[in-house]
Order: sequence, then C-alpha cells, then structure tokens
Amino acid sequence: MEKFSGLDFYNIDQHLSDEERMVQDLCRSWVEARVLPIIEGHARNGTFPMELVKEIGEMGLLGANLEGYGCAGMSNIAYGLICQELERGDSGIRSFVSVQGSLAMFPIWKFGTEDQKNKYLPKLAAGEFIGCFGLTEPDHGSNPGGMLTRAVDDGDSYVLNGAKMWITNGSLADVAVVWAKLDGDIRGFIIEKGDPGFSAPEMKGKHSLRASVTSELVFEDCRIPKNRMLPEVRGLRGPFSCLNNARFGISWGALGAAMACYHSSVQYALSRVQFDKPIAGRQLVQNKLAWMLREITKGQLLALHLGQAKDDGSITPPMISLAKMNNVDIALQIARVARDIHGANGILDEYPIMRHMANLESVITYEGTHDIHNLILGRHITGMQAFF
Amino acid sequence: MKIGVLLKQVPASDSRIKINGDQTGIVTDDIKWEINPYDEFALEAGIQLVEGKIASSLVLISLGGKDAEARIKDGIARGVKAKPEAIRLDDAAFAGSDPLGEARIIAAAIQKAGIDLLLTGKQAIDDDNAQVPAMVAELLDRPQVTFVEQLEVAGDSLTAHRVMGGGQVDVVMSPVQAVVTCDKGLNSPRFASLPGIMKAKRAKIAVWGAADLGLDAGTVGAGAAVVSEGAYRLPADRPSGKIIEGADAAAKVKELVRLLRDEAKVL
Repeated sequence: MEKFSGLDFYNIDQHLSDEERMVQDLCRSWVEARVLPIIEGHARNGTFPMELVKEIGEMGLLGANLEGYGCAGMSNIAYGLICQELERGDSGIRSFVSVQGSLAMFPIWKFGTEDQKNKYLPKLAAGEFIGCFGLTEPDHGSNPGGMLTRAVDDGDSYVLNGAKMWITNGSLADVAVVWAKLDGDIRGFIIEKGDPGFSAPEMKGKHSLRASVTSELVFEDCRIPKNRMLPEVRGLRGPFSCLNNARFGISWGALGAAMACYHSSVQYALSRVQFDKPIAGRQLVQNKLAWMLREITKGQLLALHLGQAKDDGSITPPMISLAKMNNVDIALQIARVARDIHGANGILDEYPIMRHMANLESVITYEGTHDIHNLILGRHITGMQAFF
Repeated sequence: MKIGVLLKQVPASDSRIKINGDQTGIVTDDIKWEINPYDEFALEAGIQLVEGKIASSLVLISLGGKDAEARIKDGIARGVKAKPEAIRLDDAAFAGSDPLGEARIIAAAIQKAGIDLLLTGKQAIDDDNAQVPAMVAELLDRPQVTFVEQLEVAGDSLTAHRVMGGGQVDVVMSPVQAVVTCDKGLNSPRFASLPGIMKAKRAKIAVWGAADLGLDAGTVGAGAAVVSEGAYRLPADRPSGKIIEGADAAAKVKELVRLLRDEAKVL
C-alpha cells in the first residue's frame, strides 16, 4: 500500500507553527517506521509493544504539553497532532501516551507537591516509569461520584480499600494515580508498584485495544505514606480536569484512526478491479469516499479550533465533549464503511480496518461514553441535568 | 576536531513527481520536503562522533533558500545533544549554479568554518548527480572516501569501509581532513525529540553569502555554469509484464525459456 503522506483537504497545515509541523512529521514517520510493521502482530497476540516505550520517552511524547520536570512544554495543538499520528498506528499506542501524559502526569503536575513532581514527573516523561489512572470501578463507570474505594487516615499512613477496573497500563504501571473517598471527599493518591496490599491483575479476553494492557487495580488494606496524597484538589474536579485533557487528545486521535481507514479504502478502491474497472470508478464507492473525506475534514476543523481554544484558554468542557463525541463517532462509522469498501478483505489483518474498528468501540465508550457527552451538551443547552 | 555535515533539502522519497509546463523543473506545489536520506546517515555519524567525544563540535551546512531552514532545524533537533551550529548558504548570486558552482560555494564555507572532517550523503535523491562531494574534495585538495558504510575516527586518521559490488568491502584509511560520503548501513539515523524541536526553534542559523565567503560572484551562479540542463522529462512508462499461460508448471517453464531465448535474447 502506498505510504500515508497526510490528509489535509482544508490546509490545516497553514495554521500550524513550524515546530507543530515538525512534531507531526516526527510522529508520522515514527509510526510508519516503528509501529505499523509490528502492530498487527501485537494485536493478534494481545500484547502491548513494550519495546516502543523507551523511544516514545526519548522523543518526549509523554506529557508533551506540560512545562518543566523534563517535559517538552509544547502547545496543545502539538499534543493533539501527536495523538492523531499515534492513533493512525493504533488506538492502544495513543491510549498509552494519553494515559501517561494526561491522566498520570497531569494530576501530579497540577495538584502535586514539589517533592511529588520532582520524584515522579522526570521519570514518567522519559518513559522510565509507566503511569496509570484509577477512577472507574466495576459498578461505577459513568457515575464516578458513587465510587466505593475508600481511604482512611491511620496515623502516619492512609489505608485504601476497594477496586478499580478498565485501567489502561494498570499491570505495567510503576505509578498509579488513584481517586478514593477520604471522609466522604474524593482525593487523589499516588500508589507505587509494590505498595503493600496493592495488586493489578490484567483483564483478558478483549476483542478491542488488544495491543494495550487493561487491568483491575485492587486495594486490600493498601497502606501508603501520607505524603502520597495530592494536596491541591478535592472532589470530582480533580479527575475531571484530567479527563478533559485526555478527551481533548482523543478528539484528535480518533481522526488518526479514521485517516488510516480512509487511506486504506482509497488505495484498495483504486486497485480492486471488478467488472473490468477499479471499484474507485463506481459512483457508490465514490459516494462513500467523499463522505469519509467530508467527515474527516469537519473533524479536523473541530479539533484544530478546539486546540486553538485550549492554547488561548477559552476552551470549555462542553466544547471538548462535542469534539470527542463527534470525532470518535465518525471514526467508528468510517471504519465500518471502510470495511464495506474492502469487501471480504476488510476482515483480514492484512488491512488495518477491523483493528481500528474494534479499537474505536472502546474509544467511543471510555473517557465519557457517547451518551454521557450528549448529556453534558444537553445540560449546557437547557441548564437541566439529565444524568439521573 | 570539527565535523561538518552537508544537508540537502530534497522532495520526500515517496513524492509523485510532476514536470512543470516549460520542462525546466518539477512542480513543487504539493511536494513535501525532507533531508536527503543519505545525508541523514552523515548527520547521525556526525552526532555520534561528538557524543562519543571523538569530535569537539558539529556544524550543519545547507545550500538553499529560506525554505531549507526547516530541514536545518530538523537536523538541529536530532543532533541537539551535540549542540550543532548551523549555516545556510544563500545569495542571489548563487542562483542557477551547476554542481561545480555549488562545490565552490560549499568549499569556501568549509574553509571559513574551519571544518576538519566533512560528512555528506553519497548522493542526493533528487538529481542523483553525486558530483558535489567529489568536487568539494578536489577544490579543497583533500581526500574523498565514497560510499562509506562503516567509519572509525581515531586521532588524526579515519578508517572507512566502502561498499563494493559483489559483497566486497574496501577498507580505506585517510587523514581526518577529508570528505566522506555516507551510504545506507552506516548507522540508524535517530528520530528528533520534542525538546530538540523546541531548542531548534530558538536556534540561530547563520546565513553566509558570496561576500561572507570571499567568493567572486562570477565563479558561481548561472553565469558560471558549465553544465546546463536541457529539459526535464519523466521516464517512459514501462511496458506491462507478460503472464505466461500454460497447462502446467512444466509447460509454463518451457514457454518462459523460449521467450527468454527468442524474444528477450538473454539465453
């Protein structure tokens, strides 16, 4: 298949700075050279490509939009472009980077003590430590405020009990940022691998995000020193501020998966001959390709404008909801139409289609389901919450 | 020891090349530019020599317009640990230079910058001329070592393995004041890093023109060119392949042998 050289129908590129373009080129060529040759094998075997972590860290992709502590301090648009290019490779690779940067590093950077920042951030930025984020529980997904995980003040320690589920990077993580109730208030705690009473069994049997590790986090009288609590935040604002960063990245990332499906569809349609002519020359196929381009281009404009709003500080959570919801939704639909264009070949792992489609079934649910984002917008429009 | 690396901006290797209307060049509107891939091996070798403390400093040099700065910055971003200096050679008088004119400009820059070892790609993938490095070496009266796939520098001399046909390797020794052209296999060029990109953003790129180099403008540019390009044309389309039909493998092989003997006349 011809190499992907970008999809930029509306010249998004002219709105990027030189360094944003360089970041995009870097990630695109890295995905081409390092991710695409190995990703189908990892997805087939259900393994995360640990061999890529060192290089991801060396390139500075972890916590790229954070300042100081070994982070690159790039713009949010640059962070979005990183997510887009990585997810063109695989949602699992993008998830790894999203979780590490937006969900593990960001809360320490934003709400942690100076000691916590100095201890964890440089190693997380370099990829020497892997981080994860524990919010969702087996019985509390869309309703995180109902969490059952508890922390109890016990002299010079906190003692945690409870369980988290669907945690990306969980079993790999050296550091987990875990949200638990202390005297009824949601607080953030830093748990380290090896802390007594902490375990992170991997969840098996996934048909989606197969090249990513998903785990439970189990706390059975898990005792940690008091200096592991994030002092600067309490309540759902803590985890939600992390999720807003990650959702922003996903709104770009999903476009990468969509671009991969579109690119493969165009190449396939041009080369697949039926009734003595490439199927690309048929109106029904052109209609599908034109629709894909239309939706990706609209999604790119959403993502770019959202990035500009995040960089100038005018972004709001409902704006992020709209972009995350829309862009993942269209990416999933594009993957399904791409499968159709590829005919029976679309189900083979010779093509990236089914892998992206299956991945996007997770992406449309995690970090706020499609419906929850609709409800966030509904509350914004009407002033009336309809969650419960 | 000061290392110089020549970086040339070329169309990305997967570009679809189109010839312009008057056949004087290619259409550049949709071209994505990158560092000449063979120059990437030279860049990586230069970075490694500085990182390994075998060389003291690294200078990136590119002959080209303002748009080539993005390629120089790419080089700075990759070589950030070697803290490279960067020079862009640009002057209205340079326009239309032929390879000899370009070599005169570069040779003058090498002298002015005090470069000991000059590393560059074995050729640029745009015009595949492979002329300039040899001419630079000649103008500077330095040895040139071409098609290098292994390079060791110790003290005042270097040992290079050159790629020969048929899997043979030619081992060459030279003083370090040389021009070395690098081939695939020399190393694995590194990716840039985001901190490197941020440093490259702030890096200063010196621009040297004919006066800075002490060059007589009459010896470079279109007026001094002894080689001129007639016209650009795309290669003719290759004839399509032939699929040999036959009842079984034996019949197909028999037909293949007949075609090779009677039509292709290679047997």
